[in-house]
Amino acid sequence: MQITSPTFKQNSAGALADAQLQKALGNVRSGFIDKRQKAVNALPEFDRLRDNARAIKDHALENLDLYLEAYEAKVKASGGHVHWAQTAEDARNIILDICRSAGARTVTKGKSMITEEIALNDFLAENGIRPVETDLGEYIIQLRGEHPSHIIAPAVHLNKEQVEADFRRVHDHLPPGRDLSEPETLLNEARRVLRSAYFEADVGITGANFLVAETGSSIIVTNEGNGDLTQILPKVHIVMASLEKIVPTLEDAAQILRVLARSATGQEMSVYTTMSTGPRRPGDPDGPEEYHVVLLDNGRSSMLGTEFQDMLRCIRCGACMNHCPVYHAVGGHAYGWVYPGPMGAVLTPSLIGVDKSGHLPNASTFCGRCESVCPMKIPLPKMMRHWREREFERGLNPATQRAGLKLWAFLAKRPSLYRFATSIAIPMLSLLDRGKGRFGYLPLAGGWTKHRDLPAPEKRTFMQQLGSRATGAKEAVQ
Amino acid sequence: MTQPIEKKPSVGLFVTCLVDLFRPTVGFAAIKLIEDAGCTVEVPRAQTCCGQPAYNSGDRADTRAIAENTIEAFEGFDYVVAPSGSCAGMLKKHYPGLLKGDAKWEARARAFSAKVHELVSFLVDVRGMRGVDARLDAAVTYHDSCSGLRELDIKQQPRALLASVAGVKLVEMQDPDVCCGFGGTFCVKYPDISNSIVETKTRSIAASGASTLLAGDLGCLMNMAGKLKREGSKVEVRHVAEVLAGMTQTPPIGGR
Repeated sequence: MQITSPTFKQNSAGALADAQLQKALGNVRSGFIDKRQKAVNALPEFDRLRDNARAIKDHALENLDLYLEAYEAKVKASGGHVHWAQTAEDARNIILDICRSAGARTVTKGKSMITEEIALNDFLAENGIRPVETDLGEYIIQLRGEHPSHIIAPAVHLNKEQVEADFRRVHDHLPPGRDLSEPETLLNEARRVLRSAYFEADVGITGANFLVAETGSSIIVTNEGNGDLTQILPKVHIVMASLEKIVPTLEDAAQILRVLARSATGQEMSVYTTMSTGPRRPGDPDGPEEYHVVLLDNGRSSMLGTEFQDMLRCIRCGACMNHCPVYHAVGGHAYGWVYPGPMGAVLTPSLIGVDKSGHLPNASTFCGRCESVCPMKIPLPKMMRHWREREFERGLNPATQRAGLKLWAFLAKRPSLYRFATSIAIPMLSLLDRGKGRFGYLPLAGGWTKHRDLPAPEKRTFMQQLGSRATGAKEAVQ
Repeated sequence: MTQPIEKKPSVGLFVTCLVDLFRPTVGFAAIKLIEDAGCTVEVPRAQTCCGQPAYNSGDRADTRAIAENTIEAFEGFDYVVAPSGSCAGMLKKHYPGLLKGDAKWEARARAFSAKVHELVSFLVDVRGMRGVDARLDAAVTYHDSCSGLRELDIKQQPRALLASVAGVKLVEMQDPDVCCGFGGTFCVKYPDISNSIVETKTRSIAASGASTLLAGDLGCLMNMAGKLKREGSKVEVRHVAEVLAGMTQTPPIGGR
């Protein structure tokens, strides 16, 4: 996947000018937030559950090597295979090898952000294997040649009419006069078309919401049931997951499940919570003949022990982006890579480098709403600030910004000089105001006055006025 | 802290750079309110800014230097009060982390942090103020600034005091707790995104039908006032302290 994070500003300008996108984003602003709030209100112990969930993940991360080894042993004991992939390229090659051994021509896929991260679909297609996305949202954007704009609602940037047009364009074997006006008719059509793909597929690939060390199980949560068909019907099931998905026990997974769906969609539970442990055993009514787990690092182990370790608690619920004013304004594609919103602003620099994705941790007002709803209590603004620190240390921010900041800091560290400079500048600025109380334009303030007026200062600074007015307060003598 | 009964608690007013430069009325309103709450107020000259522009730009070294200056200037007071949730949040929630691990400053930063309060929270939560003697005949709507709301739990306090202002009718806008798009340097680094966010906010303000917009942070207020005035809105914008102190003779922020 091409990285366009360096052109975040241009991407955003395009997004802000896109009327269709802006209409679709209106749904994010209302739907997700209200539903989550209702679910939270219905569960008085929600905040305590968040603390539990955080503690479980923190413990797992502190003992990651231990739990990964235990998990691997359990997977093997149940007849499955574990493949360790250090990079995205390693993971792609491992998956291709498995597909080739199975003689695969078609693979079905459950919804998985990690396969987006390793750009698996393009790679499989280049190698003559047809990947078919089976989650409705993923299916839609695959038809359009797009990438997810949201980690749990990949097609949230689209309107119903756009999807209808795509279905008419691609499903040209179906009667042109059919009714596709309701979301349900679109869903039924996708379901019919996908049904045959499930039976044609030689390999099914899913992600994982959890890997359970205690049992060697992987767990996915879905709402459409497509994940089950993806992993049960083909003869080979590949689970693609990153290292930090590990939890020690089934009980731990159950604890975190209590905050996951509530935070994501406002459901108490997703419609399906599916566990898979190894391949089909003798006597099992169904299941794959082969069960593979590909465990991807791709830079995550380098986050351990750093100020970014907390980010590895993320369970990909999407609550942060659902509540983010910047995401609401520009949508997910503007962020320029796989992970958008606040979690993407922290994770992306870790995975592709802050030199390429520096805009992401900067494009935040630090309003803190993401952290306030994060089920894992990840301090997202704090970590965005840490990225800004790394950028500043490496001199990556623009020279004009640095120069302005340095000049301001020079004064702010010297109170007497600061007082002197402001006592000249402010009265001068207030003279420019011709009684309107604001400026429509000011030199060097174009970033401000492009879209809004600048309120004018009162005639003299507070410190100046304080010296000559009886207020009952006296200045402390330093 | 144990005080002899006759001695009033001393407050150091951290006036904030924006109030100092753009809106001194808020500083004077703060002094009046703190005195009304039974405290003495002083304004140390050695203060400049809380350091957020540097802190949020990744410049830790300059932020630390500013933090040390500020702590030193305010160490002698019983309380440190700022008419801004954002700046008070910086002083209270971020200085200790910034100076953590520094043998000379860590304990001082923690002691300082414990004394810091945002103005309205100080009046209500610390001093137990239940009402003010002021009047404003207007339908007002109140914007919850992000840092005050999420770092300092400021939500009911300003509404409680506003309810005591004669003539004020509080009408809530939709999503008063959603960011206005100011974000400090964010609004000039990403002006188009900031504009989209503040447009959503001004739509909510207009839909509320209020004639006056209030909030507790001058950065947010200047952003929203600037946008309202650019749109030709007649809504008057003020810091909540101006209304609580009855100091509404100053023209509103951004003019009429």
